[in-house]
Amino acid sequence: MSDPFKVLTSRTLVLSQTNIDTDQIIPARFLTTTSREGLGVHAFHDWRYETDGTPRPEAVLNRIDPSEQRILVAGANFGCGSSREHAPWALLDYGFRAVISTGIADIFTSNALKNGLLPVEVDAATWEDLAANPDQPVTLDLEAGELRRGNHAAVPFTVEPFARQCLLDGVDPLGWLQKHLAAIEAFEHQSVSEPVA
Amino acid sequence: MSRPETLFDKVWNRHQVAAETPATPGVLYVDLHLVHEVTSPQAFSDIEARGLTVRRPDRTFATLDHSTPTLPAGADGSRPYVTAQAEAQVHRLEQNCARHGIVLAGWDSDDRGVVHVMGPELGLTRPGMTVVCGDSHTATHGAFGALAFGIGTSEVGHVLATQCLMQRKPKALRVTVDGTLQRGVSGKDVALAVIAALGFGGGTGFVIEYAGEAVRGLDMEGRMTLCNMSIEAGARAGMIAPDATTIEWLRGRRHVPEGAAYETAAADWLTLASDPGAVFDREVRLDGAAITPMATWGTTPDAGAPIGSPVPQPGSDSDRKALAYMGFTAGEATTTQPVNVVFIGSCTNGRLPDLRAAAAVLRGRRIKPGVRMLVVPGSEAVRREAEAEGLDTVFIAAGAEWRIPGCSMCIAMNGDVVGAGQLAISTSNRNFEGRQGKGARTILASPATAAASAVAGVLTDPRVYLQETAIFKQASAARAPLGAQNV
Ligand code: SF4
Repeated sequence: MSDPFKVLTSRTLVLSQTNIDTDQIIPARFLTTTSREGLGVHAFHDWRYETDGTPRPEAVLNRIDPSEQRILVAGANFGCGSSREHAPWALLDYGFRAVISTGIADIFTSNALKNGLLPVEVDAATWEDLAANPDQPVTLDLEAGELRRGNHAAVPFTVEPFARQCLLDGVDPLGWLQKHLAAIEAFEHQSVSEPVA
Repeated sequence: MSRPETLFDKVWNRHQVAAETPATPGVLYVDLHLVHEVTSPQAFSDIEARGLTVRRPDRTFATLDHSTPTLPAGADGSRPYVTAQAEAQVHRLEQNCARHGIVLAGWDSDDRGVVHVMGPELGLTRPGMTVVCGDSHTATHGAFGALAFGIGTSEVGHVLATQCLMQRKPKALRVTVDGTLQRGVSGKDVALAVIAALGFGGGTGFVIEYAGEAVRGLDMEGRMTLCNMSIEAGARAGMIAPDATTIEWLRGRRHVPEGAAYETAAADWLTLASDPGAVFDREVRLDGAAITPMATWGTTPDAGAPIGSPVPQPGSDSDRKALAYMGFTAGEATTTQPVNVVFIGSCTNGRLPDLRAAAAVLRGRRIKPGVRMLVVPGSEAVRREAEAEGLDTVFIAAGAEWRIPGCSMCIAMNGDVVGAGQLAISTSNRNFEGRQGKGARTILASPATAAASAVAGVLTDPRVYLQETAIFKQASAARAPLGAQNV
């Protein structure tokens, strides 16, 4: 698990197109890795590089300093498609620590939360304003559950409470699941009679 | 009388180890965990780093499918992997399975296949089960009345270590497809019509139950195709209540109970159907009789329409970008542009009836010169049965390539790719930009449509050819899967 996530203040990068799928975030041909690390160079690969591998200078993802713009503002239905956890791994390795959209796909949300990438869903008006002001610093306060920017009123957001606590504490949820081992064994005795094979 | 329950409620309740609370998710037991080479290596590393072992190797089954070549091994036994890294990934799964006592349908196994083709055909998938896999198309197994969904790699580690998942219960959506499907309309066409109706993210947060006369009329393979694509509407899972079709399909498969035990199990499976009066969070109805062969025109699976209908006017920048990428113009049909590649296969449409439907179109015909057509059976079992029926010779005689099982051009990570700018008709499930190779343009369609398009060299409604094919009349008269009688 990553470092605890409490408050993040950063400028944003806006990719306003809707339905940015996991094949855009990390194309399948980079999934033959057996580690979690090093996928950032391939994040949005086909947007960033020519077929021969040369970087496209006009691609915004090649122009920004990822350590400065750690919040991605993306169009609706972000992260749709595959269950590949390589998508949040690639975004984190590139430098993002949070994604804001009006809608984020289920499995992507689940995967992001387990890796310390904060998915934040906001209403359309807030999103429009964020998208129209790409460089403005935004604060995501997980403890307070608030998005703050400039002199706008704070916008509340929610994260599944257990995942939120894990993020705040920087702990991996597997430990919590393991505490149920006695209950799991009892369940197997009682309810799971039929072997699979 | 207790509150009426949905199929989803019943399966969920049977697997709840601990109920969810406002502060914590529930703990859900997993009956069957399917594993493949791409999404598992980091999960095995995770549990090993904590000194944990695989808790229930007897409930864990693995296969090689995503990064595996579909061309056979050379004379020296070496496989034509696309990269050394792909080969290393396959070896990693072999090592992980050997170390943890997990059965792997590896290169030497007659059982090897795309994970969602293999599970059902071995009878590993059964009604009422929970099935998970590090793959979003795990919903396929819901065709049997299982609750089946895709998970990420961290969760693969959770299931390896505990046989459980942390879950909050999704909402329930019932999609009812009424009426009788027209001849030449398949489960794939229904899936594309449903996704077009729901919208790409329209199922987010839901588990879908497919119901209605048209769904009940599908064979198990058609039902698997339909459930398979639930994720393309954003849904976690798709389910269909078990019925006589389910029970007959599973009877005698390797891992199902035998004799009287099977009848006992089957009687239980029939109780899983949603109770009359069960309440869904959302309901959607479609007229199945109105569905005609479908194809996509955009770069999301919901951007589909009946073949021959004009491409809709773009409603957003994303639509405009999709049309520009595809090279299609609003107001025009997509049936005129030359097709370069046709792919028949994947966990959506790589099963025997899919290959039969394609072969019924191709028998006695040749594909258009210049079109490259790849037929990739979904599993070794499908390959054996297809070859026993002579389908391979039909494909080869028509000018197609007959490959060994794998995901192949569905995900294009094994070296089977569609070239930049090329137009492909594909029986797989995703038409995202670059999904079949950088710059590849994908039209999703049924196996019969793909085969008809290979012959015509442009996207083509398969009924054009099927009307000339006697087998079509026989098959439809008997209301059996298309072309099932004497191919
Ligand atoms: S055939 Fe395609 S969708 Fe199915 S498991 Fe393989 S890559 Fe995934």
